[in-house]
Amino acid sequence: MALVLETVGLEKRFGGLVATNDVSLKVEKGSRHALIGPNGAGKTTLINLLTGVLRPTAGRILLDSRDITALKANARVKLGLTRTFQINQLFADLTPLETVSLAVAERLGAGADWWRPPGRRPQLVEEVAEILESFRLADVMNARTSVLPYGKQRLLEIAVAVASRPRVLLLDEPAAGVPEEERHAILDIVAALPQDVTVLLIEHDMDLVFRFAQRISVLVNGALFVEGTPEAIARDPRVKEVYLGEAAHA
Amino acid sequence: MSPRPLFADVSSRLAARSHWHPLEVAFWLAAIATIYALPSRHLILTEIAILGLFALSLDLILGYAGIVSLGHAAFFGFGAYAAGLLAKHGLVTEPLLALIASGLAAMVLGFATSFLVLRGSDLTRIMVTLGVAVVLREIANRYAGLTGGADGLQGVEITPLFGLFRFDIFGHTAYCYALGVLLVLFLVARRIVHSSFGLSLLAIKGNPLRAAAVGIPVNARLVAIYTIAAGYAGVAGALLTQTTAFASLSVFDFDRSADLLLVLVIGGAGYLYGGLIGAIVFKLMQDYLSSLTPQYWPFWIGLLLVALVLVGRERMTSWTRPIRALAARLDWRDARGRAAIPAEGR
Repeated sequence: MALVLETVGLEKRFGGLVATNDVSLKVEKGSRHALIGPNGAGKTTLINLLTGVLRPTAGRILLDSRDITALKANARVKLGLTRTFQINQLFADLTPLETVSLAVAERLGAGADWWRPPGRRPQLVEEVAEILESFRLADVMNARTSVLPYGKQRLLEIAVAVASRPRVLLLDEPAAGVPEEERHAILDIVAALPQDVTVLLIEHDMDLVFRFAQRISVLVNGALFVEGTPEAIARDPRVKEVYLGEAAHA
Repeated sequence: MSPRPLFADVSSRLAARSHWHPLEVAFWLAAIATIYALPSRHLILTEIAILGLFALSLDLILGYAGIVSLGHAAFFGFGAYAAGLLAKHGLVTEPLLALIASGLAAMVLGFATSFLVLRGSDLTRIMVTLGVAVVLREIANRYAGLTGGADGLQGVEITPLFGLFRFDIFGHTAYCYALGVLLVLFLVARRIVHSSFGLSLLAIKGNPLRAAAVGIPVNARLVAIYTIAAGYAGVAGALLTQTTAFASLSVFDFDRSADLLLVLVIGGAGYLYGGLIGAIVFKLMQDYLSSLTPQYWPFWIGLLLVALVLVGRERMTSWTRPIRALAARLDWRDARGRAAIPAEGR
């Protein structure tokens, strides 16, 4: 059981607020790992720390035993760590075709090419076509992203991340707000990701979490609360209390 | 849809961005035709070509990378003085070589100051770029021994182009030279913005957070385009010095940077022709209005700007729609593309 992603005593403070508190998370290679927790538990902050959007106050992040704590976001993508965003972060004025080709171009090391247009690279074109096809985006690939229906935008959000050919993919609530029929498309795609891609999933939808995950970590108030198999988590009375407690207040 | 036709579609659509539109061809043919058609107007046409190149430079950073600058004259002025000093001291006498050297000098300055525009918001960038231009102007003012200070750089003599074509007082050589440089640099800029690099700039402009998340080194790309744009502005400044055989502190003026933004607003940013069209409109209006009312012509420019923003460029230029439609119909590549992709435009 080799670890692909690991954090050691990770901590993030915003002034007096401790958003991430001494988190030591271990994610095994090829696993389907879910990160759950009530609202405000610090799940997205943790993703932002892992991907380099935020700098930790203390602690280290290891990818394949390599310390990536000091690396910038784009450098981590090059090493195979990519993410999707809870709230769509897309390029409103570009088309899905252009958006996906950006990610593929960067991975092929062609992104800095200031002379050759992207359409002149057969390998790039091949991969872009493949991704658009498998994410059911081919029919809208020439429309501006801003006019796409929300479900398609959500698919594009994941397609862009997958286009970077990640070894570790962080999915931040991929199905949030997606209408029922398109939800299935997203779940199918997540399920169909290659086995050697490690997936860390953040999700509120417990159906999805328990169908998908082999291992679950529960985050509460910025700290790792408990970790285990889905069965163990489902039985754990403390987890129930955290969620029910919240439900009772809501 | 089977994968093969999709492959062809993806390939042709990615390539379509860089296809020549018939109106573009018409634009450049018209520009070249002015050499023969309007020989008596070559002096103002030279000014337009230089302003157009300068505005093209700003378009590269503003229209494509989203960097606002209110001090682009810093690079224009640096190029202008570089060309003047090279000619005055006989360091590089051939004008085209001197032009290239001046552009490179401006690129060095652009690279050095690019790190200042990486941080902060639009407002920060406006202030920082403005500051750089002011600082350079005062340096040029202070070191009068080198630059001539407030009197300007005197005694600049420009040798014939390629050793053959003397710069005449009617501006014939100057215009051919300026237009040629503009065309070449435009073609390069066109190539750049349609490349993978150019597309990544649009991504950074659209959403820097996501751009980094797809692996784009945001800062490195911004430094690169800022440096290139500085080179373009430097060449424009050098052209001014070479075609007028003079450089003064006004090349660094705030007015010059502000007018430039105006030119780009008039023409529209982000499609390369905005700066050129804006330069034509701006210079012709300035020329016409200042002959009517030498003192108050900026009033009308200001009025145009207000109208442009309130009415919107789309509505103001709606009269060109039939022309554009006709041109699109003449474009066989476009017609083919549309037949292949019926789903487009939904």
